Amino acid sequence: MIDDYMSNDKPILKADGIYKSYRMGATKVKVLKGVDLAVKQGEFVAIVGTSGSGKSTLLHILGALDRPDKGAVSFEGRQLSRYSSGELNRFRNKMVGFVFQFYHLLDELNVLENVYLPAMASKSTIGWLSCRRWAKSRAKELLDQLGLGERAKHKPYQLSGGERQRVAIGRALMNEPRILLADEPTGNLDSATGNGILDVFEKLNGTGQTIVMVTHDERIAERAERIVTLADGKIEHKSTRV
Amino acid sequence: MYKIILAIRYLIKRRITYFAVLAVALCVFIVVVVMTVLTGLVSDFRQKNHSFVGDCVVGTESLVGFVYYEDFMEILSRDLPSPAEAGYAKAGAFIDGISPVIKSYALITRKGADENYGVEIMGIDPVRHSQTTGFAQTLHYHKDDVSNVFEPARRPDSRRETRGQVKDPNYMSCVLGIDLALERDEQGRYTYGFSPAEADIAIAVTCFPLTAKGALAKAGTGLVNTQTFYYNDTSQSGLARVDNSIVYLPFEQVQLLCGMAGPAKRANAIYIKFKPNVKLNAGCEKVALLWQRFKQEKSDEKQANLLDAVTVQSWKSYRRAVIAPMEKEQTLMTAMFGLVGITTVFIVFVVFYMIISHKSKDIGILKSIGVANTNIVQLFLGFAFLVGLLGSAIGAVGGWRFLVHINQIENWLFEHFGFQLWDRAIYAIGDIPNQVEFKILMVIILSAIVACMAGALIPTWQAAKLKPVETLQVSQL
Repeated sequence: MIDDYMSNDKPILKADGIYKSYRMGATKVKVLKGVDLAVKQGEFVAIVGTSGSGKSTLLHILGALDRPDKGAVSFEGRQLSRYSSGELNRFRNKMVGFVFQFYHLLDELNVLENVYLPAMASKSTIGWLSCRRWAKSRAKELLDQLGLGERAKHKPYQLSGGERQRVAIGRALMNEPRILLADEPTGNLDSATGNGILDVFEKLNGTGQTIVMVTHDERIAERAERIVTLADGKIEHKSTRV
Repeated sequence: MYKIILAIRYLIKRRITYFAVLAVALCVFIVVVVMTVLTGLVSDFRQKNHSFVGDCVVGTESLVGFVYYEDFMEILSRDLPSPAEAGYAKAGAFIDGISPVIKSYALITRKGADENYGVEIMGIDPVRHSQTTGFAQTLHYHKDDVSNVFEPARRPDSRRETRGQVKDPNYMSCVLGIDLALERDEQGRYTYGFSPAEADIAIAVTCFPLTAKGALAKAGTGLVNTQTFYYNDTSQSGLARVDNSIVYLPFEQVQLLCGMAGPAKRANAIYIKFKPNVKLNAGCEKVALLWQRFKQEKSDEKQANLLDAVTVQSWKSYRRAVIAPMEKEQTLMTAMFGLVGITTVFIVFVVFYMIISHKSKDIGILKSIGVANTNIVQLFLGFAFLVGLLGSAIGAVGGWRFLVHINQIENWLFEHFGFQLWDRAIYAIGDIPNQVEFKILMVIILSAIVACMAGALIPTWQAAKLKPVETLQVSQL
């Protein structure tokens, strides 16, 4: 069955009729009003929408950081709502990697430690002791690929915005996730640095990495191979780069 | 592993954590110092009371005393009973020392002086009493040979013209509670000056002899008995009420003074010391059984009614009225410092609430990479454990170092500012107790760690319940 996903026949991640609303004081704000989306293995999908259109909410639901009010998200054919809490934790740890607009690195850890944190989090103390060499070597390799080999011992506050985002990408890739979910990854960067990040994404996608990226900037979205536009809580438009 | 690394980094990097560590250290420091001093005082006081009466007391509070005490002492000291007396089998096998005691009240007057003082008198056989209690060790001049402490005093060798002469062969000697004989300076030291043998101090002891029925023995005649003794030594038991009120006299002389001699001799108590391997309660139970049997056998004898007022008590029970207030004080102080512990919990709670509020982003990040709620709880409880461990280690070492020098510090404060924790001229306290008990130290450290973890529990639980999306939103940054 996994072969089907690998051969692009079936979507690896699928959202069916997703509804989500939030309470803001006395009023209930409906953010998502029946979103359907399917992402195939190896795709680079950009979700575009204006501020408040619900694109980040959709990404969080796809990555199991939040639950929909209605509708289902399936990963490799299995609904996330049927996962136990332990399975959901493993899903977040192994199957998806998140890249956030504000990088979200841990200030107490250095660059190398931030990158191998997901590997460390998935192991017990004894398990970690037996695999730490591999994990450190993998983290160093990722940092080298991202051009941060010399910055391994630095603290996040010693890095520029672009460097921090590349560290966040390294962390997201540490456990070789099936899908990379990026929420406005260039939103906090200047255009040159943002383009550098997109170059990294394109390169990753070129190696077969599935990427779902949320952005409000259509020019950035154009770097993806498929663009999905979210407006008023629904998918309004889909386009594929030729 | 990340939990250990992050807990240590939070401890080192967050300055607010230092306040939590400091709060714990101060609490532990205070509790270690106060508990050590207080426990030392109570333990010292209990030990002195134990030493004063031995292990077990067969006695009555009545000034009349009780009869047949010699018969019961004979039973207690018997090693090999005859088959006819099998009920008393091996009494001597668990007893190390027996001492008959007479306690009463008297007036003392120094020869040549007009004033008299009301005191308690205690008639003892010095050798037997020293075998049973710590009496010999309380003496100043006769520690090593207590047998002659009540003998008629001889002139000291320093007086050449009267060397070795008995002062007055009709007078026996007495031992005064140290506070009856000497005064203390501000640092609690007694100034001995001349030895009692050189001083030629004679003391008249006057008391009211009582009949077996409790009436005045000499009603209608002279009423009182008076006898003179030479002051020969002081006794420092370390118990203030004993040292400032008791005069120790030869047993037979007190028996005569109190009207307890005669065909049916009387005493007030028999102090008993058990062999070292005998447990206190077991020993007392054995003595109580022997006493019950003895009382039954004597029930038809003359004046057997006096035996009804006799009780068999352990030293703890016998001295309960004296020890209990101090133990209550200790309990009260422990409860008060329990409140200090609650304050620590509250401080840690506030500090952790602030720390975790600042760390909500970290919690969101950790959850986004698949860290479970239980691991978030473990991380912050581990952090609280480290705060407790470090704080209590600093507090315990600080408390220990302070206690090592507490007497030097007090002396310095006294010399420079006239401050004393206890006025040594009033309280029978030598040095401030400063022996840290390992068991108590461990209990304090563990309590501090548990208090920290308890204080961190609610903020930690709230942190674990946070949804990652709530903490990772732009508005939360």
